[in-house]
Amino acid sequence: MKPGIFLTSAAASVAALLSLGLTGCKSGGGDTIKVGEFASLTGKEATFGTSSHEGTLLAIEEINAAGGVLGKKLELLTEDDQSKAGEPANAVNKLISKDGVVAILGEVASSRSLEAGPICQQAGIPMISPASTNPAVTKTGDYVFRVCFTDSFQGAALANFATEKLSAKKVAVLTDVKSDYSKGLASNFKERYLKNGGQIAISLDFNGGDKDFKGQLTAIKGAGVDAIFLPGYYTDVALICKQAKDLGITVPLFGGDGWESETLLSIGKEDVNGNYFSTHCAADQGTPKMTAFVESYKKKFNGKTPDAMAVLGYDSAMVLAEAMKRAGTTEGPKLRDAIAATKDYEGVSGKMSLNAERDAVKALVFIKIENGAFKYSATVNP
Amino acid sequence: MDFIQQAINGLGLGAIYALIALGYTMVYGVLRFINFAHSDVLMLGAFAAFYIAPKIEKVCGPQSVLGVILVFILVALICALIGMTIERLAYRPLRHRPKLAVLITAIGVSLFIEFTCQNPNVLGSATRPFPQLAAEKQFHLGSAIVGSTDLLVIAVTAALLAAMWFIVQKTRIGTAMRAVSFNQQASLLMGVPVNKVISFTFGLGSALAAIAGILYSMKAPGIEPLMGVQPGLRAFIAAVLGGIGNLPGAVLGAVVLGLLETFAGGIPELSNYRDAIAFGILILILLLKPAGLLGRATIEKV
Repeated sequence: MKPGIFLTSAAASVAALLSLGLTGCKSGGGDTIKVGEFASLTGKEATFGTSSHEGTLLAIEEINAAGGVLGKKLELLTEDDQSKAGEPANAVNKLISKDGVVAILGEVASSRSLEAGPICQQAGIPMISPASTNPAVTKTGDYVFRVCFTDSFQGAALANFATEKLSAKKVAVLTDVKSDYSKGLASNFKERYLKNGGQIAISLDFNGGDKDFKGQLTAIKGAGVDAIFLPGYYTDVALICKQAKDLGITVPLFGGDGWESETLLSIGKEDVNGNYFSTHCAADQGTPKMTAFVESYKKKFNGKTPDAMAVLGYDSAMVLAEAMKRAGTTEGPKLRDAIAATKDYEGVSGKMSLNAERDAVKALVFIKIENGAFKYSATVNP
Repeated sequence: MDFIQQAINGLGLGAIYALIALGYTMVYGVLRFINFAHSDVLMLGAFAAFYIAPKIEKVCGPQSVLGVILVFILVALICALIGMTIERLAYRPLRHRPKLAVLITAIGVSLFIEFTCQNPNVLGSATRPFPQLAAEKQFHLGSAIVGSTDLLVIAVTAALLAAMWFIVQKTRIGTAMRAVSFNQQASLLMGVPVNKVISFTFGLGSALAAIAGILYSMKAPGIEPLMGVQPGLRAFIAAVLGGIGNLPGAVLGAVVLGLLETFAGGIPELSNYRDAIAFGILILILLLKPAGLLGRATIEKV
């Protein structure tokens, strides 16, 4: 936790205590509406968590600059879960019972959203995940929402992409057996790809964190495929692309939103060029909302280009604020109903509606890696 | 053909394990205990090179042979110092305690280094790109492809194996190491400077770890504080497989392990059992031939 955040939250809790003593009303009756956030600000997925946090921060600032919600300013209380299992539960419990937040924003990683979901559900506090794509996340309860698509949609879109755009008749699938995300995406991909008439020539596994993938890649090269589907996270993906090039593999590799990190480019260098991945949105996709967002984000964060996680962090806070306005209150059940009624909301990441499963129905984009940079390639509608 | 390519891949992987296993087995040979911090010294070596290489590059020019050799020498010296410091602070005070105490301390030192380095104010836990020290080339042998880094690893491993053998068998300090290994108490009585010998052994083992760390990062150029854990475990298994304390045995064990892992990786039904295969081998060898492939059975005095 940053000292600044600690001080503000400490000051805020003192203020809340004082107002409690003076007016005798429940917290939330103060001058601000408290919104909780838990994120991986340090640890393994720190780049993801930091981005989504910065996006959220920007949204809250803009909402307050425009006069706040229901006549009050929003106050964001952030807890760092260090990318560790077990920490999200502590963070969310603290936010709800000690800080008295009216809603929770977080997390990027599905496994950590799955941990916090039941706690929010039990407390009757709505939770919106910016970027957890695992289908199980919103199944934890009817108070849990997300502003991103699910892996069943992403897997199917990737399969269509392989068939139509890459014209691949035969692919290899290389799955990270240590990751639920990778396994889920692989099975969703396979289902649709086989339906499309494609053929899976070879299916191999690796362990996330391995450094040598030549055994698998040699077998894939021998199988003579048109493309390689690689649903994994960026550090492994970078090394796999490099070793594929070393072994003389020339067919494209493609994967999902786990690829999106600058680290992929800095480790993989020219060896990642010519490959594709799907993600939520692209900074250069050219929509007016995105262009405006990129500009204000760059202004606030020293010229840094926002990634999809930053955009989704921003959208999650905006969807929440919009629902508060429609509900006219921050009471749990009414706020929940208002979020669930979100329809045709124009977010930075695109137009979205929440379906009966509380998942966002929205388009995804494909990005091609060219000359060591991410280039917007196509939008796929649901 | 796939088979030849896989054999080449396996040798490349095995050679890296061998380099790490040499350090494990040498320390065990002299002190009869497993230095679990060895794999963390490897990681520290990779990070030392990460910081030193760009500075050397400024002086010697990008990817120059002299520059690469300088990086190796400097990092080996730094890690030798780190290894000697670890021995002085953590292991020497416990030398006359039961072996178990030292073993537990070794695990403690390992965890201490890993978690300290993961702190954002030290190294941080994010993966970082390792600088490209030398130009990479691919050589075609028929349809099979050999990378220059793999060839370099094999050459360095062979050279270091020979050098280690020479030091242990033919030099004064090597004779002293063998004497300490045989009987510490008696060596002390015969005037062998036991502390110096042990310090030297740790320095040498850590220098080996440093070289392995650089080569490992050249092969897979993403480095982070936990990068040593997996190869360290494999190298430990390789050392046990070959006969712990036996230098050629460590290399043989590592090559066998590297080949098995690579071939398993290419078979759909086996590709997610690479870890299981490594540990299966460890269990089998302990059951069937505890002294390892090249080791001689000895009676352990407890």
